This record gives sequence, C-alpha cells and structure tokens, in this order.
Amino acid sequence: MKMSKTHTSELPFHVVKREPMPFWKSMGIRVAAVVIALLLCSILAVFMIKANPLEFLTTMVDGAFGSARRLWKFAKDSSVLLCISLAVTPAFRMRFWNIGAEGQTLIGALAAVGVAFYLGNTIPNALLLPLMLIAAIVVGAIWGGIPAIFKAKWGTNETLFTLMMNYVATGLVAYFLLLWTPSGSSVLGALSVGHLPILVHEYFLLIVIVLALTALAYIYLQYTKQGYEISVVGESENTARYIGINVEKVLIRTMLISGAICGVAGFLIVGALDHSVTTTTVGGLGFTAIMVSWLAKFNPLFMIGTSAFITFLQQGSAQITTNFNIDSAFPDMVIGIVLFFIIGCEFFIGYQLKFRESTKKGEKVE
Amino acid sequence: MNKSVALEINNVSKYFGSLAANKNVDLTVYRGEILAILGENGCGKTTLMNMIAGIYYPDSGTISVDGQEVVIRSPKDAFRHGIGMIHQHFKLVDIFTAAENIVLGVNDGKAYSIKEVNRRVAEIADKYGFHIDPKKKIYEMSVSEKQTVEILKVLYRGADILILDEPSAVLTPQETDKLFDVLRRMREDGKSILIITHKLHEVLSISDRVTVLRKGEHIATVDTVSTTSAALTEMMVGKKVELNIERPQPQNVCDRLEIKNLSMVDAEGVKVLDDISFTARSGEILGIAGIAGSGQKELLESIAGLCHPITGEIIYHNPKNGKTEDLRDKDPVAIRELGVRLSFVPEDRLGMGLVGNMDIVDNMMLRSYRKGHSVFVDRKKPGDLAKKIVEELEVSTPNTHTPVRRLSGGNVQKVLVGREIAASPTVLMAAYPVRGLDINSSYTIYGLLTKQKEKGVSVIFVGEDLDVLVELCDRIMVICGGRVTGILDGRNTTKEEIGLLMTKTARDAEETSTAKESADGENV
Repeated sequence: MKMSKTHTSELPFHVVKREPMPFWKSMGIRVAAVVIALLLCSILAVFMIKANPLEFLTTMVDGAFGSARRLWKFAKDSSVLLCISLAVTPAFRMRFWNIGAEGQTLIGALAAVGVAFYLGNTIPNALLLPLMLIAAIVVGAIWGGIPAIFKAKWGTNETLFTLMMNYVATGLVAYFLLLWTPSGSSVLGALSVGHLPILVHEYFLLIVIVLALTALAYIYLQYTKQGYEISVVGESENTARYIGINVEKVLIRTMLISGAICGVAGFLIVGALDHSVTTTTVGGLGFTAIMVSWLAKFNPLFMIGTSAFITFLQQGSAQITTNFNIDSAFPDMVIGIVLFFIIGCEFFIGYQLKFRESTKKGEKVE
Repeated sequence: MNKSVALEINNVSKYFGSLAANKNVDLTVYRGEILAILGENGCGKTTLMNMIAGIYYPDSGTISVDGQEVVIRSPKDAFRHGIGMIHQHFKLVDIFTAAENIVLGVNDGKAYSIKEVNRRVAEIADKYGFHIDPKKKIYEMSVSEKQTVEILKVLYRGADILILDEPSAVLTPQETDKLFDVLRRMREDGKSILIITHKLHEVLSISDRVTVLRKGEHIATVDTVSTTSAALTEMMVGKKVELNIERPQPQNVCDRLEIKNLSMVDAEGVKVLDDISFTARSGEILGIAGIAGSGQKELLESIAGLCHPITGEIIYHNPKNGKTEDLRDKDPVAIRELGVRLSFVPEDRLGMGLVGNMDIVDNMMLRSYRKGHSVFVDRKKPGDLAKKIVEELEVSTPNTHTPVRRLSGGNVQKVLVGREIAASPTVLMAAYPVRGLDINSSYTIYGLLTKQKEKGVSVIFVGEDLDVLVELCDRIMVICGGRVTGILDGRNTTKEEIGLLMTKTARDAEETSTAKESADGENV
C-alpha cells in the first residue's frame, strides 16, 4: 500500500447546516447580534472619545428621540427611507436586482421640480401638485422600465443597467440646473409653489402617505394575483412558464411599479421637504433602501422596523459626532459594525458548529 | 480467498439538523469483494458513502482503512487512502479528451506527458475490459462511455476501494451487463467495490454480500447467495410489501392526442426531436422509454406548450365535442382556453412543477389563481384542495402551510400529482414520477396513474425503470436520440427488447431489423 501514515490534522469542529428554527428564536439571535454590536461600539467609543459606554448609548437614544424636533426628524427620515425601500421591494421579490432606486427617485424629483418650475405661476396649487405627482411617477416608471425591457427582450444584466441609469439621472439633473439658473450657479432656490399642505406638523402628511403606501404595497404583494405572479417568477422562472405566466410581461410591469414608487418618493421629497432639487437630493438613500428591504426579508410591514432602525443608527451616532466633536465618519463606523453583526448572525441561524464528540484516545491496533 | 479487511466503519453517525442521515452505522468491506448497499431513497446510503469519500465529515464514529484509523476530510484524503467514488452526476470537462479528464488534478511529481497518460489509460482499460479511446472528447461520448471515464479516473489514481453510486441508473440493460463484467474483473484483481443501488435483481446478480440500510440505520448485512428479493425488500421497507402493479385492460379506447412528424432544435441548433409520430389514446398508459436526454423532456414540453417545435402537428381530439385542435405553438394558457385539459407532472418537481418556498396552498393555486375577475387571489378553494389532497393521498406534513421544499420527495410528488389530477385532465403526462421515491410512495403513484387510465384519461408515462414500464404500460414507445425507434405492446415485450431499441441509432434501424444477437455493439 502506498498509503501515507500521517493523519490529517483534525479540527475540533466542523460546520453543518441547521434545521430551520422557529421564528422567535431566529429573531432572538438577531436582537442579540444587535445588542452585542452596540456593546462593541460603546467599548470602541470608550477608546476613541473617552466616553463611558452608558453615555454612548444614552447619547444615541437622545440623538434620535431626545426632543420633539428630533422625534419628528427621525419619523421623517425613516419615512423617506421606507418609501424608497417599498419601491425596490417588488423587484427584489422577483429576484430583479434593481440598484437604480437612487436614480429613479432623483429623476422623479427632477420631473416634479420641472413641472413646478414651468407651470408654477400659471395654475393653482391644487392642480399643480397632482401634475407634479403624475410627472414624477411617469418619469420614475420610465427610468425603472427601461432596464426591465432590455432584460426581458435581450437578457441584459439588470444590476449594471440600473446602476448606470443612476449616473444618467445625476447628469440630467446637473444639466437642468444649469438651464434653470440664469447665473449658471446651478443652485436652484426653494420653489415658492408646489408645496404639500401642512397638516398637524410639516412632516405629518408625508409620514401618513408613506404608511398608507406601505399598507398598499403589503396588500399588493401578499393578496393580489399580480403579487402572486411576482413571487412565482422570483422563485422559479421555469415554474412561471410551466403555468403560463408571461415572464417578460411580469418583469416589465413590476419594474414600472418599482420605478413609479420611486417617483412618488421623489415627489414627496420635493413637495414636502426640499422644494428644490440638486444632484445629491436622494443622498444615497436609494442604496440604503436595498439594505432595509433585505433586512426585512422583502416584507413591507417589517420594513417599517428596519428603516426605523437604520435611521436610528444614523441619527443617534450623528449626535455622538456633535456631542463629542469627532469625525463624521463615526456614524458610518457604527452602522458598519452593527450591519456586520446582523448579517453575520444569519450564518448562525442557517448553520451550526459541531464539535467532535470523541477526540482520539490512542491508536487502536488490531 | 484471503479475506483481509479493506475498510471498516465503526459507529458512524451523521445528522442534518435533527434528522439522522446515519445513526451508529457499522460496515466492513473485504478486499476482493463486491458489497451492495441497498436501501430506499433517503435511507442514508449516499450520505454514508459520501463520508467515506470525503464529501461529508461524520459527526461521530471512526473510519479505518487496512486496520488503520484515518481522518478523511476531503476527496483528496480519500484518494490518499485508496478510496475513490464514482458519482451519479459526472464531473467531466466536455471539451477535454478522456485521458485529459483522467489526468486532471493528478499531481504525481512526474512531468506531464499526454502520450504516457494515453498509454497508461489504455493499459488500465485493457486490464479490466473497458472499451474506450483515450483520445476521444467527452462531448462525443455516450453516457456509458462517460461513466467509463469516471471509473478510469478513479482507477488511474490508484484506488483500491471503489464506490459506485447507482451506476446502472443511466444505462441500458445491455450496458449494465457490460459494466458488471468489468466490476467482476476488478473484484478478481483484489479491489473492493461498494455499489449503491435500489434495484434488487442487480444486487442478486452482482454482489457477494448485501448491506441493508433503513432510515439511516444499519439493518443487516447478509451473504447474497443466502437471501431472496422478498427478504431484502422486507428488510428495506420494514414490513412485507406486495410488489404487484395492476394492469387492467384498456376500456373505450379512442385517439386523444396525435403527434405527427414533430421535430425540434435546441438553442444550439441541434436536433432534439426528429420526426416523432405517435398516438396517445384514452384509457391507456403509453410508456416512453429511452436513455435520459433522448428527447423525452422536449417532447412533453412541446405538447404542454412550453417549447416550440419547428415542424409537425400536435392534434388534440376533444372528447366533449369531437373537434380537433392543433396545439402546436400555443402557450399553456392558450391551450387551456381551448378547453384542453392537459395535466403535466414535470421531471423537475421543485424547479418547475412546484415552488419550493411556497406552502402547499399557494402551490395548489398555481393552476387556478387566474380564475375569476377579482384582482385578489382566492386562497379558500386552493386551501380546501390542499386539505383534500393531504388527506386522500396521505401526505405527511405538519399542515398545509408548510413550504413544500421541507417535505420528503414522496410527499412533494403526491402534492404535485394530486394537483394535476384534481384538474380532471383528459391527458396526463408524467415524467419520471417515481424518481427518488420510496417503494410505498412509488406504488401509490402507479396506482394513481392506473386509476386515471380507468377513468378514461390518456396517460403518458416517461419512465426509467424498465421493469416497471413493462408491468405498468399498455404500450411502450422507445426513443433514442430524438427519434422513435419502436412502439411495443407492453404485455408482449421484454426489457431486453426495449434496451436494444434504446441504443438503436437511425442507421441501425434501417440496416438491421434482426440484430438482437449483438449485445456488445459499440453503436455510436
């Protein structure tokens, strides 16, 4: 026998797949991961900013919820993020990796501003607002629809395509800003028209609209025939074909919806918040939304929680930056660490480490 | 014969989650013997072999080779200990030659010389009686030749313990006989051979001893000469089973589906269906036999409207109004709108027939969700249907809201067949409906098909087990390379006759009609 006598070194454990665990247990693991991550952040804070861990945590909470103003800001920021997250979700459920929400929202905002800019002084607000909304929806849908048509007809890669469309949208915004500002400053002041009416609080209507949209999205995805078709196409295109679903049609239709909701988000940003547009109006929310949607497992109701959580991290750690006067990269670090733990814990939900029951006790000789 | 122990497995267990794939299994293999590992699907045969071959790592227990305890963490480790496995799915590079595939990954410190490799491959092939050209490319090879390359790959690396995972699943009876001759020669050369199978007659014809596994546990190891197929079945299943398939005479036979000169090409322009013509009749089961990939899938999918032939007709005779319709180039929705009740149990259950991540109710809905004008889906009727199927077909599941991917193979198939039958079809097509199912579930499925036939349904059954085909079907159509090579009467044929037709090429079909004596024709 040309058998080698050396043993391969035996690791003390190996990785095996785990039985699907009950929902409460997996949620427990996720919560534990967040707690551990925040503890780690606070320990880090001790070294970096000489704050004690408790102070770190209270500052975070204070930053997000500490005053009525902060609470409204928190609710507003979560809502905008939630709205864009709703937009990407139908596409994601279909396994269509739309990372172009940034551009779709921006182009929607541009359309809304454009309508207000040209028609603002000629028609009443009550007519202007619906026109702005329609323009934003149509343009957002076009922006989402183009990559879908290309994917359906020629099998192009949707990730690259939607990403590229972001840059085109940014370029268009820069162009129109030049066009609209006679001095060439590219800074468009706040429009005096096309403001959403203020009820209760300046952010109230925005929040209500987004929550209503969340309920609608949930019902659409869960209880309608079209929502069912999206799930089937996402799970298996072969099954979809087998039962006669027109996959191309569903692809395009769903991306039109995805883009349209982005358009709504763009309209809301313009009508309720900024009253103007810049190339950074969306500010990366289109990408953060991807995370929100994934963490919520593409369930619109869960997304209320995940968008609030991400906003809490951002706003809370931004407060730390202010209070302790450190670099603004700190919030990013906190978010990075927390997300690392959240995503890492999915490994332990799906797999487990098995330790060897018996380590060898001497060689057996026959 | 000198009976020295080659491989010893001691108290090995392997768990997947809470499921015990193997529980305290002991196994001994001697040099120069063929040991059959017998058991139903899901009994842990393949898991056990994968642990020996280094694919999985046991949770507990030990493996010894030649009396030495060894740790096998990878296929490479396995090879160092002289163990090689031939998997069911071949792992070959299509554009390489046989020899290039065989030498791929071998690091013996010698300078690479393809001439030397060719010579050595030919030498090994010669020694055991393989027929192979080392310079032939894989894509030009038949399935049985590819399998030969896999076996040579293992021998080339110097394996003394060979594990074959259901090697006959892809072979015709004649090819299987040839393979078994080779295996016997290896045994005489002192190799140990473990062969996984669930075909009893193979066990009885090839093995020296049989190990029976059931639900992950070692039930018994017996000498082949002192056992019978009835005894082995009982050990496998755990109770006595009657293995009889009923075949009532077809009643009220009339033409239901007429296929005329159907041809189709695939995306690469290769002809996958070549001038196929046959008639499926109501009240009978038409079996379709052939080596995997001979065009079965394309044929059924063309009928179901999932892919589109270039020429030919698919004529449906509607029993309601006596009208005929050409179904060619219509999609599944259009076919249903014509009032054609066509049910289809595809080969890929979870990838095509069902959605794995959806529960039983939502899977029932696949067929019916379009009904009505509401924009909302109605989950009530599918829910009732799901309950009915779970009850009537004894699907073992916690409830109807369990994702189907969590069900066992047999239960998945019951859900799928149940749904397709619930549509009260006039034509029922089933592709490999019992693949991966245990014996009891398989016979349940055969029973369901026969019941449909008695109801006057035209059943088309694509099968791989020829023993079952000749017992179940009224007529058997054999296809090879996308062509019909014969349509036989199921009551008056033998599996040898079918086997010959399965490898018959177009040229042979024209040249010889009496070439039954040549059993070793290397027809390519």
